Amino acid sequence: MLFLIIKRILLGFITLFIVSIITFVGTEVLPGDACTTYLERQAFGEQLEACYRRLGLNVPAYERYISWALNAIQGDFGYSLSGEMPIKEVLGPRIKNSLVLASAAIFIGIPIALILGIITALWRDKLPDVAISTVTIFAMTIPEFISATLLILIIAIWLEWLPGIVIVPTDVSFLELLPNIILPVVAIAMIMTAHMARMVRSSVIQVMASEYVQMAILKGVPYWKMVFKHVLPNALLPAINVVALTIAWLLGGVVVTEVVFNYPGLGRLVIESISNRDLPTVQALAIILASIYVSINLLADLLTLMLNPRLKTLQIRK
Amino acid sequence: MTDIIQKVKNLSIGFRSKKGEEILILKNISTNIKKGETVGIVGESGSGKSTLALAMMGYVKHGLYTIGGECQFNSSNLLKMKSKDLEKIRGRKIAMIPQNAGQALTPNLKIGYQIDEALQLHSDLNEKEREKKISELLNKVRLPSPETIALRYPHELSGGQQQRVAVAMALAGTPDLLLLDEPTTGLDVTTQAHVLELLNFIAKDTGTSMVYVSHDLGAIAQVSDRIIVMYSGEIVLEGPSRDILKRPIHPYTHGLLKSIPKLSLAGLPESMPGSQPQPGTIQSGCSFFDRCNFSDENCKNNSPQLEFLKDINTSVRCFNYEKLVKENQVSQTVNKIKNKSQDKEILNLSEVSISYAKQKLLDQIFNRISDDNPTVKDININIKKGETIALVGESGSGKSTILKSIAGLLRTKDGLIRFDENRNLSSDLKERDPNDLRIIQLIFQNPDESLNPNHTVEEIIAQPLKLYFGLKGEELKKNIIDLLQKVRLGEFYTSRYPRQLSGGEKQRVAVARAFAAKPDIILCDEVTSALDVSVQAAVLNLLQQLKEDFGTTYIFVSHDLAVVRAISDRVAVLYQGRLCEVGPSNDVYKFPSHPYTEVLLGAVLEPDPDIKPKLVAEDIVEERPPEKGCSFQGRCSRMVGDICKKEIPPWQLTDSGNAIRCHIPIKELQKEQF
Repeated sequence: MLFLIIKRILLGFITLFIVSIITFVGTEVLPGDACTTYLERQAFGEQLEACYRRLGLNVPAYERYISWALNAIQGDFGYSLSGEMPIKEVLGPRIKNSLVLASAAIFIGIPIALILGIITALWRDKLPDVAISTVTIFAMTIPEFISATLLILIIAIWLEWLPGIVIVPTDVSFLELLPNIILPVVAIAMIMTAHMARMVRSSVIQVMASEYVQMAILKGVPYWKMVFKHVLPNALLPAINVVALTIAWLLGGVVVTEVVFNYPGLGRLVIESISNRDLPTVQALAIILASIYVSINLLADLLTLMLNPRLKTLQIRK
Repeated sequence: MTDIIQKVKNLSIGFRSKKGEEILILKNISTNIKKGETVGIVGESGSGKSTLALAMMGYVKHGLYTIGGECQFNSSNLLKMKSKDLEKIRGRKIAMIPQNAGQALTPNLKIGYQIDEALQLHSDLNEKEREKKISELLNKVRLPSPETIALRYPHELSGGQQQRVAVAMALAGTPDLLLLDEPTTGLDVTTQAHVLELLNFIAKDTGTSMVYVSHDLGAIAQVSDRIIVMYSGEIVLEGPSRDILKRPIHPYTHGLLKSIPKLSLAGLPESMPGSQPQPGTIQSGCSFFDRCNFSDENCKNNSPQLEFLKDINTSVRCFNYEKLVKENQVSQTVNKIKNKSQDKEILNLSEVSISYAKQKLLDQIFNRISDDNPTVKDININIKKGETIALVGESGSGKSTILKSIAGLLRTKDGLIRFDENRNLSSDLKERDPNDLRIIQLIFQNPDESLNPNHTVEEIIAQPLKLYFGLKGEELKKNIIDLLQKVRLGEFYTSRYPRQLSGGEKQRVAVARAFAAKPDIILCDEVTSALDVSVQAAVLNLLQQLKEDFGTTYIFVSHDLAVVRAISDRVAVLYQGRLCEVGPSNDVYKFPSHPYTEVLLGAVLEPDPDIKPKLVAEDIVEERPPEKGCSFQGRCSRMVGDICKKEIPPWQLTDSGNAIRCHIPIKELQKEQF
């Protein structure tokens, strides 16, 4: 078991290493670089040379990669080009904001998704299922930029209940941020909840059709006891991985929603730094997003392993 | 009539097809189950037998519904009962033992909890008493060390142990009626015999009534007092078990009994033509009409009713049963197979060992296999051209492993596989040239999985023809039709998909595909295990016919000793990946034999109430072969001493050329031990 965890963590690091190389090579082969972007028309001669020296772009690529990587491990991603401030400081509040948005969506969305999924599965083909399933399929198919825009139109513009876009400084305190995030959270939670509810529904239905559930019924186990003891633990195991992917997706910045609501999170930072050709920031973002994905998936796998007795013994036997 | 425990009255269950038609799975079934009696319900897949058993618990599967009739238990109709009331009957009054205990035990709950759950629901015992009761129950079903078993998860037990747990769980509520849905199908012969013996004991011990559902007349014969034969959703024959098995007066039962291979008879049994009609396809007349040897114009137009014959206490659904009454005994005729093997050797395995052990990194790098105690070891077999050699043994005996290695699907650790006396076949599939691949073809157990569901029959058979012979156009088409005719399928099958075929037809397509490569050797891996009995005989006859036409050599793997007896010239008995006995089938099935062969033969269930299985050894198979000595030492009841644990036994030859690997002298082995 311990060996397996160590192995998985090592594999995670290898993944991150490969991601870092890909992003580094990717930014390297793009035409132009930070200096040509920054200096625009003055990008020639003495000024360009000076810029290269200042940013350390005059040394060979592999040397730059090594020094960048060594610094990145310590949390130092260098300087952002546009703001000319440490990327660490740019990222900090953005990560916090994305975290706030993601956790709000998670805490609201996941319980609702589970409940809806279970209800639709248990009342399969009956009224509750038909009603909820219609709504969830509808919510799934509407792209988030449309639902987000509609929310702004109805709640913010017509009803004037909540602010439509977020116009606050990036490093605003949590309480001040709160009223601003309600609409983005609803927009994200809608699509996420719909997806997960469908997933949970099919998983529960599959388990309900299994021989062991039939056996439990024939054993005389009362309905709700059967649902909680025999169905849900087995049906929700596969859901863990889907939940993990959703969380990673949320933390990685819900780009479209953040842009529509002008929300100062990681997703908008990605768009901003790409359009500004702020390559150091792009690199840092790539690594951070990859780490989030890798670590959350690792956590999900370990959780599955712990909760599934079948996998646990298999590992021990090996 | 107080001694009736369950009364099924005019029960019809069905589903609505996509076109909105009502299709019947059960047609107007009426029968009674008496107190203390064991009733066997027998029928092939799709006959509605499981649906009937589930209905007896008031359970109808999702998608099906009750069209009419009742299932009365204590004079209340289970099918109309509220689920609150059903919960009090299920598990307490009527309990179910499922077919596949591995699937029927909830994977995330410990064995102890699952039995405890039944006790909590159906008894007034407190926690301490329940704990004691769990141990008692596990003891009763003869599971070793109940305390530790209770703490295990279902997947940590073997198939036989899981089945025993399911029995213990059913007994927890001390039910009056036990329903058993194919409780031993999928278990090894020895395990099956042990479980049946346990069930018989329980029935006698507790006086519980049982309904035993199975396709296996051998198992039914061992347990039941009365037999109900079902065909296409109807009861076609019902009566005392001895009469049904000895003098079946319905043509279907008659044919079914004839088509079962028996240990006592070498040779292929007669097959019954056709297969059971799909639900909803029979419009008028007798549902068995097109497969019946006794049918006439009347059978085609009118449906026979179930007729009760008072003098023999039997009900039969047939217009012409009198013809069968005259015929009396089932006279089984078999097509004796002739041993057509030549002296020429076609395949030779020498010192073959195969390992499943996970290899260490260093060994992986150097591409070698190191394992001191491999799964399969020291296999020496010499196969003659044109013979049928069978590999038999329980699951885990390595029989399929050896087949895979011959086919090149699994690398051998040591040893050589030689074709045609001088050609070494590489153990790595990638190193075999196309001709090496062509000469050995494989037929798998389950045609549902071995045929690509997205290919038509034509595409399936065309593949080897294109691959090995480069056939195209007209010639290809002609060859495909030829092959289909060889396996007795008409030309119109070419455009069909596997899902449009019955099990037997699918397996015929798989046989045609194997023969398309014009192979010298065909490996048959449990080819009839997934088929119904009546279809099994037809496929066996087909294989035999093809072999006589083409001179092919078969290597036949099966756990069913009666099937092996019917088709093979020579038999090799394996235990834990080591050979125990090799010889002509006539001799292997007679004494003297290896103690393990004796165990296997003793456990075979014959569809005859007078032949009881003999249980010699325990049915628990070790996880790994022993490091030293005889492979069978763990279960052998005839051990002669320490020598069995220390030395690998020598090969001993009998007069007829049967080789037995045992420390006991041949003369001793000659004596039957029971």
